[in-house]
Amino acid sequence: MSTIFGIPPQALFGQLLLGLINGSFYAMLSLGLAVIFGLLNVINFAHGALYMLGAFVAWLLLTQLGLGYWWALALSPLIVGAFGVVLEKLFLSRLYKLDHLYGLLLTFGLALIVEGAFRHFYGVSGQPYPIPRELTGGQNLGFMFLPNYRGWVVVASLVVCLGTWFAIERTRLGAYLRAATENPVLVQAFGINVPVMITLTYGFGVALAGLAGVLAAPIYQVSPLMGSNLIIVVFAVVVIGGMGSILGAVLTGYSLGLLEGLTKVFYPEASNIVVFVIMAVVLMIKPAGLFGRER
Amino acid sequence: MIARLLTGAALAALAVGTTAVGTAHAQQGKVSGDVIKIGVLNDRSGLYADLGGEGSVVAVRMAVEEMGGKVLGKSIEVIAADHQNKPDIGSNISREWIDRDGVDVIVDVPNSGVALAVQEVTREKKKVFLAEGPATSRLTGDACSPTGVHWAYDTRALAVGTGRAMVQEGGKSWFFLTADYAFGHQLEADTAAEVKKAGGTIKGSVRAPLNTADFSSFLLQAQSSGADVIGLANAGGDTITSIKQASEFGLMQGGKQKLAGLLIFLSDVHALGLQVSQDLVLTTGFYWDMDNEKRAWSEKYKAKTGKMPTMVQAGSYSAVRHYLKAIEAAGTDDGPAVVAKMKEMPVNDMFAKNGKILANGRMVHDMYLARVKKPSESKGPWDYYEIIRTIPGDEAFASIAESGCKLTQ
Repeated sequence: MSTIFGIPPQALFGQLLLGLINGSFYAMLSLGLAVIFGLLNVINFAHGALYMLGAFVAWLLLTQLGLGYWWALALSPLIVGAFGVVLEKLFLSRLYKLDHLYGLLLTFGLALIVEGAFRHFYGVSGQPYPIPRELTGGQNLGFMFLPNYRGWVVVASLVVCLGTWFAIERTRLGAYLRAATENPVLVQAFGINVPVMITLTYGFGVALAGLAGVLAAPIYQVSPLMGSNLIIVVFAVVVIGGMGSILGAVLTGYSLGLLEGLTKVFYPEASNIVVFVIMAVVLMIKPAGLFGRER
Repeated sequence: MIARLLTGAALAALAVGTTAVGTAHAQQGKVSGDVIKIGVLNDRSGLYADLGGEGSVVAVRMAVEEMGGKVLGKSIEVIAADHQNKPDIGSNISREWIDRDGVDVIVDVPNSGVALAVQEVTREKKKVFLAEGPATSRLTGDACSPTGVHWAYDTRALAVGTGRAMVQEGGKSWFFLTADYAFGHQLEADTAAEVKKAGGTIKGSVRAPLNTADFSSFLLQAQSSGADVIGLANAGGDTITSIKQASEFGLMQGGKQKLAGLLIFLSDVHALGLQVSQDLVLTTGFYWDMDNEKRAWSEKYKAKTGKMPTMVQAGSYSAVRHYLKAIEAAGTDDGPAVVAKMKEMPVNDMFAKNGKILANGRMVHDMYLARVKKPSESKGPWDYYEIIRTIPGDEAFASIAESGCKLTQ
């Protein structure tokens, strides 16, 4: 059998596809972070906890109310988004005048509280969440067995990422948002309610995390730790992509997923640090990130 | 993580009944600090928190209660801390506990990496270490200590149990998915040796970082190796995730490949559910539903925690109980003297019958080969295992000669 770098090509394709699937989660989470940072200038460390919350809301809907996956897909982001709106109104809105660091510390604290509370009530082993019946089973692609559900995750995340990018970069509402972050006073003078817009933006970014949580629930255990396992990598993705750059976050999310997948083949021991090595290199060469602009 | 560091330092202290020494006893002067202090050191917040964690603390307290809260007329205190799976934090807490707080014995310490560090601290300070959570057989091998006792299970027993059983069932060629630290390496090595001894072959292995979120890539490598058996040399949250994802990727479909969970705890099966974990073969040192004594103790434990105990938690009870009885018999809490006494006394409680502690610190007791029940066979929550075979202690654990322990007794 012919090989590429000592690996059969079939195995390599399989790994690339898996990388793409993991990249989907990176992309969706870093997208939410980028939206929040780009438009609010808040480094939202609570993102991982909110992603976990999304998965838990889905699990609670299923076990307490008997509402299945598709309901959760719609409801959970709304609930998490509403929670985000409350957080923004109660806490974050007081910090906009201060240094970024305060927002970071506040959201980090919130993340620890939310995670700690769930850990207290549900333990760390996590709760099982079944794959929806419509998406069980899988396709034999010849080079690998692709579970239907993972295929769905890639499609769903692509749609969400492209939709968000389009809404912010190509629509009138997006234009208002971008303008409001550049010069809130001027935009307010045009009769637009900037504080409400900011609140809703945070709610939207957070809802994206909740959505990613629902998508992740059937793949991983619904566990209080699932957010903190992921959040550091996602931050690295945002830094590499360029803080606040939406397209950068999405593209970097997918490509780092691929790269991590390759690392798992060639040198698995390094698979959990490769992202950070790249981050260090990018910061040295291009401090604003690959797609960021200097402010 | 600054905040986790702080919580890690937080200690839960049991109410201390200050005892006025009434009944003068000749041996009372031999208890350091006039109190027996038990420190339960384990993962209280991470991927191993459910297999030990607070449950181990509860189990230890049950042993203390059984002794009436006192030994040699001195009160017994239980404290606990979170080592966060970091050897440096674990050995720091151990030093603080021993030097500053007068802790006499450290219990549990899952995560072999941390346990090996604690073994060195307790050896140096001549304090007792009752290892429950850690798996590595090195604790009674090249890293053995005169004050270290390894209780519930070890990598060698798991290898003998699950490894041998799978080969006998026709799983000749193996591929390992290994947690990349001391424990995984040792479990892989011990199992590989057992597989080869039984006439099997090793096709390869892949080492995954501790606490991996997505195992699909590693599972795919295992699948394409074409091995009969994929051995999961990992534990806790890592095992749960890999089994769940193996089922998602259809690894067991068609019956060509089998999954061998080399270390599976009751808490893992509970978290996975029987639908995903059914028919897994595993080795355990304890299962609650085996006889009346185990059932009675476990029900009492469940009333306190809401869960049935894992072998680590049940073992913590058993080890501390034996330790306290040894203090009573030795008339002192001096580390080396107590452990010497522990080695003289047979272990007889709900956990083990006629258990014996070898000179290298290995507590030898029967192990059990179990199969996870199908959902249709289970009568309800926690009714998970069918015990297929009892593995006699002498078969499961290494002899002193085999262990490579250099302790001259």
